[in-house]
Amino acid sequence: MADTITLEVTRYSPELETEPRLQEYEVPLRKDWVVLDALNHIKDKVDGSLTFRWSCRMGICGSCGMMVNGEPKLTCATFLSSYAAQGRIRVQPLRYFPVVRDLVVALEDFMGKLQSVKPWLIRKEEKPLSEGEYLQTPEQLDLYKQFSMCINCVLCYAACPVVGLDPGFIGPAAIALAQRYNMDSRDQGAQERMDVLAQHEGIWGCTFVGDCTKACPKKVDPAGAIQQYKLTATLDRLKSFLMPWGAK
Amino acid sequence: MSGARQDPAYTEFRPRWYRAHVSTWWWMGRWSYLKFILREISSVFVAWFVAELLLALTALSSGPQDYAGFQEFLRDPVVVAVNLISLFFVTFHAITWFNLAPKAMAVRVGGKRIPDLWIAGPNYLAWAGVSAIVAWFLLRA
Repeated sequence: MADTITLEVTRYSPELETEPRLQEYEVPLRKDWVVLDALNHIKDKVDGSLTFRWSCRMGICGSCGMMVNGEPKLTCATFLSSYAAQGRIRVQPLRYFPVVRDLVVALEDFMGKLQSVKPWLIRKEEKPLSEGEYLQTPEQLDLYKQFSMCINCVLCYAACPVVGLDPGFIGPAAIALAQRYNMDSRDQGAQERMDVLAQHEGIWGCTFVGDCTKACPKKVDPAGAIQQYKLTATLDRLKSFLMPWGAK
Repeated sequence: MSGARQDPAYTEFRPRWYRAHVSTWWWMGRWSYLKFILREISSVFVAWFVAELLLALTALSSGPQDYAGFQEFLRDPVVVAVNLISLFFVTFHAITWFNLAPKAMAVRVGGKRIPDLWIAGPNYLAWAGVSAIVAWFLLRA
């Protein structure tokens, strides 16, 4: 194995440049280093102005998502050694997101979409504290547990061509998280969420490319969540058509 | 705003974000994207088969002479080629549809999700069964 590897890193300074450019850095090719370690090495030893987001270094916080050789990856979980044969690694900001600076993208739009699906427990009526917690069986937990593993790293947005083509699309993670609450036995907000989800910009924007599921580092399967919700929404519509008197 | 840049896209507290343009050819060079585009295009060929079926029914209802003319139309090499391409796309469309079924239906038995094959399998079997009946009907003579 060579001693070093070349990192081609996107640099963008909005005050000075009109568009991003790539800058090359030679970094030590250490077996135990991930791409994030290499970026931190650059920032510490070579160029302190390099800007990127990171926090936990263990695939939990979801901050360090970037494009690594064209694939959306958590840079804390992507080893340099996997790219040793190619000799170089291109690190770019997450695709389809506006770039704020270098490798930092703007997440405001995603946060707005996430909030629009109300990803929290909605109760029609809260029961009094004296009655205790809302209990749940392990089987009820199992129904939504997979979707609850989402860390909002937005790799799935960078994998989804619909996100790039239709900026209004709510997107994989937000829909999977909506499903996480829809399937929670303690929640009663499915109908409220349906108003947002069962629209063209919601689930019907999805054309089932399936790359969101492949990109997900937590095996959430957002593509599955969206297809399942398409079935739910269709059945609901059919039901309201056949039984218009049925209470919503 | 004195001292701020004159660029309308740039304000003091909202720096100029860079938005990359999505190329018209974004679906090239990645198999999953290309597969998606091919699947979308397959709808044109599905429509072609529907139109052809309607033409067949119209010819059939207008009498033997018209139907013979329609059969002649089907024997045209260009139509044969178009139909072969359509068959490929319609088959592709059907396969992607059947493979989607287990993703959309999260069926649980005894608390565990059943394997994808248990949902896709019966779909394929039903498809093969219906195709066999149609083939028997057409080839029995």
